Amino acid sequence: MARSRKDLLGLKGVPAEEIQEILKNAKMLKQLISQPSKKASHLSGKTVITLFYENSTRTRMSFELAGKYLSANVANISASASSVQKGETLIDTGKTLDVMGTDVIVIRHPMSGAPHLLAKNVKASVINAGDGINEHPTQALLDMFTMKEKLGDLKGLEVAILGDIYHSRVARSNIFGLTTMGAHVTVCGPGTLLPGGIEKLGASATLDARAAVRNADVVMALRIQRERQKGGLFPSVREYHQFYGVDEELLSLARPHALVMHPGPVNRGVELTSSVDDGEQSVITEQVTNGVAVRMALLYLLTRRA
Amino acid sequence: MRIRITNGKLVNPRGESQGDISICDGKIEKIGEPFGEYDRVIDAKGLVVTPGLIDMHVHLREPGYEYKETILSGTRAAVKGGFTAVACMPNTNPVADNETVVTYILSQAQKAGYAKVYPIACITKGQQGEDITEFGRLKEAGAVAFSDDGRPVMDSGIMRLALQYGKGFDALMISHSEDLTLLNGGVMNEGDTATAIGLKGITRAAEEVMQSRDIILARTYDTRVHLAHISTKGAVELVRRAKAEGVKVTAETAPHYFTADDTWVIGYDTNTKVNPPLRTKEDVAAIKAGLADGTIDAIATDHAPHHEDEKNVEYDIAANGISGIESSLPLSLNLVREGVISLEHMVELLSCTPAEILGVEGGVLKEGAAADITIFDPGAKYTYTKESMISKGKNSPYLGMEMQGKAVYTIVDGKILLDGGKVAEHD
Repeated sequence: MARSRKDLLGLKGVPAEEIQEILKNAKMLKQLISQPSKKASHLSGKTVITLFYENSTRTRMSFELAGKYLSANVANISASASSVQKGETLIDTGKTLDVMGTDVIVIRHPMSGAPHLLAKNVKASVINAGDGINEHPTQALLDMFTMKEKLGDLKGLEVAILGDIYHSRVARSNIFGLTTMGAHVTVCGPGTLLPGGIEKLGASATLDARAAVRNADVVMALRIQRERQKGGLFPSVREYHQFYGVDEELLSLARPHALVMHPGPVNRGVELTSSVDDGEQSVITEQVTNGVAVRMALLYLLTRRA
Repeated sequence: MRIRITNGKLVNPRGESQGDISICDGKIEKIGEPFGEYDRVIDAKGLVVTPGLIDMHVHLREPGYEYKETILSGTRAAVKGGFTAVACMPNTNPVADNETVVTYILSQAQKAGYAKVYPIACITKGQQGEDITEFGRLKEAGAVAFSDDGRPVMDSGIMRLALQYGKGFDALMISHSEDLTLLNGGVMNEGDTATAIGLKGITRAAEEVMQSRDIILARTYDTRVHLAHISTKGAVELVRRAKAEGVKVTAETAPHYFTADDTWVIGYDTNTKVNPPLRTKEDVAAIKAGLADGTIDAIATDHAPHHEDEKNVEYDIAANGISGIESSLPLSLNLVREGVISLEHMVELLSCTPAEILGVEGGVLKEGAAADITIFDPGAKYTYTKESMISKGKNSPYLGMEMQGKAVYTIVDGKILLDGGKVAEHD
C-alpha cells in the first residue's frame, strides 16, 4: 500500500497492488483471531475513533475489535445525523477529534461524500465505513478476501450481485474493487433499484435474476431495506422474493462451487431462503470473521504511513 | 456632466454602431461626431462598448437573508461584472408577494445607487402555489415579471389561472420548471456520474415535464411564458419546437449550463451544487447549439449567493446555487472565442433580449435613452478567486480558474460606477 496514503475513502481508483497488499496483510492478521490470546502490538499507542452517524452493530464492532486486537486505543462515538444541521458541523467534530490526538477516524455517515469532506479537514487518517449510497470499501475488501480465500484468484471470477443496487454502497465498492482485480460483476435488481450508468463502471446490469446468476462463481444478495418497499419502489416483499430472492432453484443456475454471500444482516425469506442462507455454499458467517481481518490490515497499513 | 466615450469598438445590435458616444445629464446625447466641451473623456481603445448588460435572473437575498447578500452588495457585484441592471427573484423573507416588499426592494436599490433593480414578484401568495398574487397592483408597484422561482407552481390549474389572469396586465410569468415529484431526493444530475460517485440523481425529466406543461398552457391560452434556467438537451428541443409552432415562449440559460458539466461534481465540491443541477457534456453542447441558433433568448446568471457555512457541509445538505454575476461576462465571451456565437449575438443575449422580454429600458444605445453602458476588455486575463469577488457569496465553482474578459467601465444613468475596473464608492 502506498506509504503516502492517508485515507481510504473508497475503492474507486485504488490500484490492484494496494488491494493485494491489504488482502495479503489481512491473511496474516486473520490468524490472530483464532489465537487464545488475541493481542498484537501493531497499533500500540495509536488511537482509533469510530464516528458513526448511522446505526451499525457489526461494522462498528468489527472495527473496534480490529483496533483492540492490535492494541490500539479505541473509542466510539454515536452521533445522530438528524442533529447535524443544528449542532456541531462534521468539520468541527473532525477537528475536535484531531486535536485530541486521534490517528484514525472511522466514519459512517448517511450522506455520500461526507468522509471526503472530513478527510480534507483533518490530519488523522479517515476510513470510510459507509457513506450514503456511495461506498463501503471495507465491506468490499472483506468480500474480496473471502472470495480469494475460497476460490483462489479473483481474476476472471463471475460475480452476481442481486438486490437494491441503487442505494447500495456495498454494490458500488464491490464493482470498483472487483473490476480492478479482474473479476466481472453483473448487478441485478428491480428497475426502480437499478441505476443507469453501470456499464460505464465496467460491470453489467440486468433485470433478470436468472441471467445474472447463470454460471456465476459468486452470488451476492444485498439487504433490502423495508422502507424501500414502503416508499413504493417495489410493490411487495413477497413479489421481491419471488423474482429477486435467492432460493435453491435460482442458485442451481450458478456454478456448482458458487459461493453465497450477503453483507448482513439477512432478512430470511426475503433476500435468501433460510436453506440457502444456512446451506453449504453460504460463507456469510466467514465474511464476518474476515471483516475483522481486513480492518486490522487496513488500520495497520494506514497508521504505519510515513 | 458631459462624458465622451471614444476609440471603442461599439457593439450595439439594435442601433448605431459607429462613432463616439456623448452623454449629458444621464442620457445619451449623441452617437457620432463629438461636439462641445466634455467633463470626462473615456478612451475605450481596445475595449468593447455595449448597451448596459442586464441580468434578468438574480437573487439579491434582501429582505431576510442579508447575511448571504444585500441589495447593496449584490448591485455592487453586478456593476463589477458589467451589469447595469438586474431583475431579482422574490424568494426573500418575507417573499415579494405584496407591494410593500416590492417597494422596499426598489427603495433599497435606489439608496444603494449601483445597478438598476427590477423586482420580480411571486406568482402565488407566499410562493405556496395556491392563490395567485395581485398582478395588477404589483406591476404598478414596479414588478416587471412574476415567478415563484426556487419552487415550481406544481398545480397545473393554478399555472393556468396565472397565465390567463396575467394576460390582462401583460404580466410575464417566469417558470421555474421542476416537477417535485420526480426529484427523488436527488442532489445532482441523474446519470453515469451520479452512479459512479454515489450521489442521488435528479432526472432531466423533472425539468422537461414542467417545461412541456408550461409550453402547452401558453399555447392553449395564447400567452407568453418565460422558462428560467434551462439546462437540458430536451429543454432546448422543446423550446425550439414550440417556437417553430408559434408559441410565445422565451428561455434563458445560465453560464454554468454552457460551461460546466456533472463531472465537476466528482470530489463533492459543494460549489457545484445548483438547481437545476449541472448536466452532461451532451447537454452542454445542446445548450450551446440552442444559444447559437436563437432557441435560447437570454443568458442570465441565476446569481445565488450563499454563506460559506451553507456550503462547507456534506453535499446532500449544502445549499443550491452559484454566485455567478461576476463570472458571467468572461464565460459568455468564451462562447464568442469558441465561435459558438458572435460578439453581437452575445450582446443580444446579455442585454437586448432581456430588456425586450422584461419590457424595461435599455438593450440599445440611442439618442435620448438612459446612458446605461458597459465597456469591457475582452482579452483581459486573470485568475478568478474568492478575493477577487465582491459579492458576499463566494460560492463559485470557478475559483482558481483562468478567466478572460472583464468589465472596465459600467455606466448607469450616466454615472460611472465601475471606473477603470474599480467600483466607485459613494459618500
